[in-house]
Amino acid sequence: MRFEGTSGYVATDDLKVAVNAAATLRRPLLVKGEPGTGKTVLAAEVAAAMGAPLIEWHVKSTTKAQQGLYEYDAVSRLRDSQLGDERVHDIRNYIRRGKLWEAFTSPTLPVLLIDEIDKADIEFPNDLLQELDRMEFHVYETGETVKAAERPIVIITSNNEKELPDAFLRRCFFHYIKFPDRETMQAIVDVHFPGIQKELVREALSVFYDIRDVPGLKKKPSTSELLDWLKLLMHEDLPLDVLRSRDPKKLIPPLHGALLKNEQDVMLFERLAFIARRDGKS
Amino acid sequence: MFLDFLDALRAAKIPASLKEHLLLLEALKAGVIDRNVESFYYLSRSAYVKDEALLDRFDQVFGKVFQGLETSFEAETAEIPEEWLKKLAELYLTEEEKAEIEKLGSWEEIMETLKKRLEEQKERHEGGNKWIGTAGKSPFGAYGYNPEGVRIGQKEGRQGRAIKVWDKREFRNLDNSVELGTRNIKVALRRLRRFARTGAADELDLDATIKGTARKAYLDIVMRPERHNAVKVLLFLDIGGSMDPHVKLCEELFSAASSEFKHLEFFYFHNFIYEGVWKDNRRRFTERTPTLDVLHRFPADYKLIFVGDASMSPYEINYPGGSVEHWNEESGEVWLRRMTDIYHSAVWLNPIPEKNWQYGQSIQMVKTLMEGRMFPLTLEGLDDAMRELTRTH
Repeated sequence: MRFEGTSGYVATDDLKVAVNAAATLRRPLLVKGEPGTGKTVLAAEVAAAMGAPLIEWHVKSTTKAQQGLYEYDAVSRLRDSQLGDERVHDIRNYIRRGKLWEAFTSPTLPVLLIDEIDKADIEFPNDLLQELDRMEFHVYETGETVKAAERPIVIITSNNEKELPDAFLRRCFFHYIKFPDRETMQAIVDVHFPGIQKELVREALSVFYDIRDVPGLKKKPSTSELLDWLKLLMHEDLPLDVLRSRDPKKLIPPLHGALLKNEQDVMLFERLAFIARRDGKS
Repeated sequence: MFLDFLDALRAAKIPASLKEHLLLLEALKAGVIDRNVESFYYLSRSAYVKDEALLDRFDQVFGKVFQGLETSFEAETAEIPEEWLKKLAELYLTEEEKAEIEKLGSWEEIMETLKKRLEEQKERHEGGNKWIGTAGKSPFGAYGYNPEGVRIGQKEGRQGRAIKVWDKREFRNLDNSVELGTRNIKVALRRLRRFARTGAADELDLDATIKGTARKAYLDIVMRPERHNAVKVLLFLDIGGSMDPHVKLCEELFSAASSEFKHLEFFYFHNFIYEGVWKDNRRRFTERTPTLDVLHRFPADYKLIFVGDASMSPYEINYPGGSVEHWNEESGEVWLRRMTDIYHSAVWLNPIPEKNWQYGQSIQMVKTLMEGRMFPLTLEGLDDAMRELTRTH
């Protein structure tokens, strides 16, 4: 069972090694990288490649580690006790299983995605340390211990908003998805749009990398934005010369809304175009 | 097994521990990778390095340990000035070597050859034995200078194509003394968060509700205010003159800070703090705020951040009338002391690289005035500064 990328996902060699190491040793794999380089998609693709179910846990700023294990619904029990419901006598009726519990008890080996772990409170990763290390936890309310029969494959993504604790990092494999170079990008585009005109891709890619090279951009466009843009270009069926023209007067690429997501960046481009036009006249 | 490698990593300040090492050995034992150098490089990287800022350093250590290359962690210089190379060579070359160089022709010709070889190297990565820097055979490598800064001749790789991967040093930009974008600054500034509950009670306090209900025997709903970041920041930015080269950096810092803190007040100054500061740089001479007003208006729990290169004539700091722009009754030193006396948690961020601080007398003076709390405006420095600010109250 080795991960070699899938028909819909181009994995570089170093990513494959990292995924296979994490999957073989069943240690969590921590993935970082620029937004839009396919961190979250990776888990889905690994699951698809291994034929395993995917359990997704999307972390928010309010997420607590405990919610991944289980939650004790005190409010329902309180209400049921006032209504005289029979269920109130068994505390297990009010224990809600979290994603980790689900992953530990899954009948087939699952892939567990903990998405954007850095969004949560600083203590969040520390609270999951023991659980991810031993793949078991204790349910205080019922006194039972949930233990994974087989350690699930865990993929964790981070956007680097918070530093993760050392003790947590020590237990993971780490991979930084760097921005794909031109060759890899070509492969990615081919996977997503088979049968797309070679010409269009070549021109679009050079426009794309030119934009990424413009200094001072607040948000550089990423892979996912390129794919969206290509989709739009194909849909609009623009003539190729529009992309090809290196005319400084038309510096702003067609349908730039898919690439530039920030009004300051669009303004920067307009300013550059204005300067180019002014220089062109004089 | 590979203990030397671990030692080398630790010596390079990559925080790899026994835990990671055992993990790597376990992975090797489990046969995760095929037996080739490239896979081993990927695997060890993913086991040892947990921070993308350290990836470049890891590449260097890996190259050193498995190849015996010379390594230094200084920033690379992309191009070597001709003059400098010439001087260096004259200093270090023996007569014999000089003669050898002369065989190649004049300096211009040598430079031409050098350029050509560099270009060739960019295009072709394998084979050949004329590359600059190999074993002292080429005149270019014979200078006895560590080629790290020049990066000549190491791309060739005696062990085949795998060497390329780490020799490319693709992660160079991520070394944390180099890159500083808005997003990174925000992350660093987040260290300063201190949450407090103030304002309208609009969130259900579940614990208090349960407690209240149990005590009163009817449903007692308790509300509480939401948590907000309660840190207050006073930001003073040096503007104009010697700060011009650092404008982009300061802009980034400013934009990150203004979106990160709810209570942020900023003022500009020129070179040093005197009796007046201003908010709009275009009207700096007409709309000044007296510094005393600032001190009176903002309570002592504000955190004080100065951003400036602190590079000026020492008179501007410790003499009345030393300011370059106007006549100041009291010296800048007095004003700075006045401020740091009120605001106990204060730092000075300096965009000039830390290693150059020792050459500026005024920088040393400001640093002493700030009781050592001067930090370079890099990600690491910012991190330390924020830590300092959270430490003091």
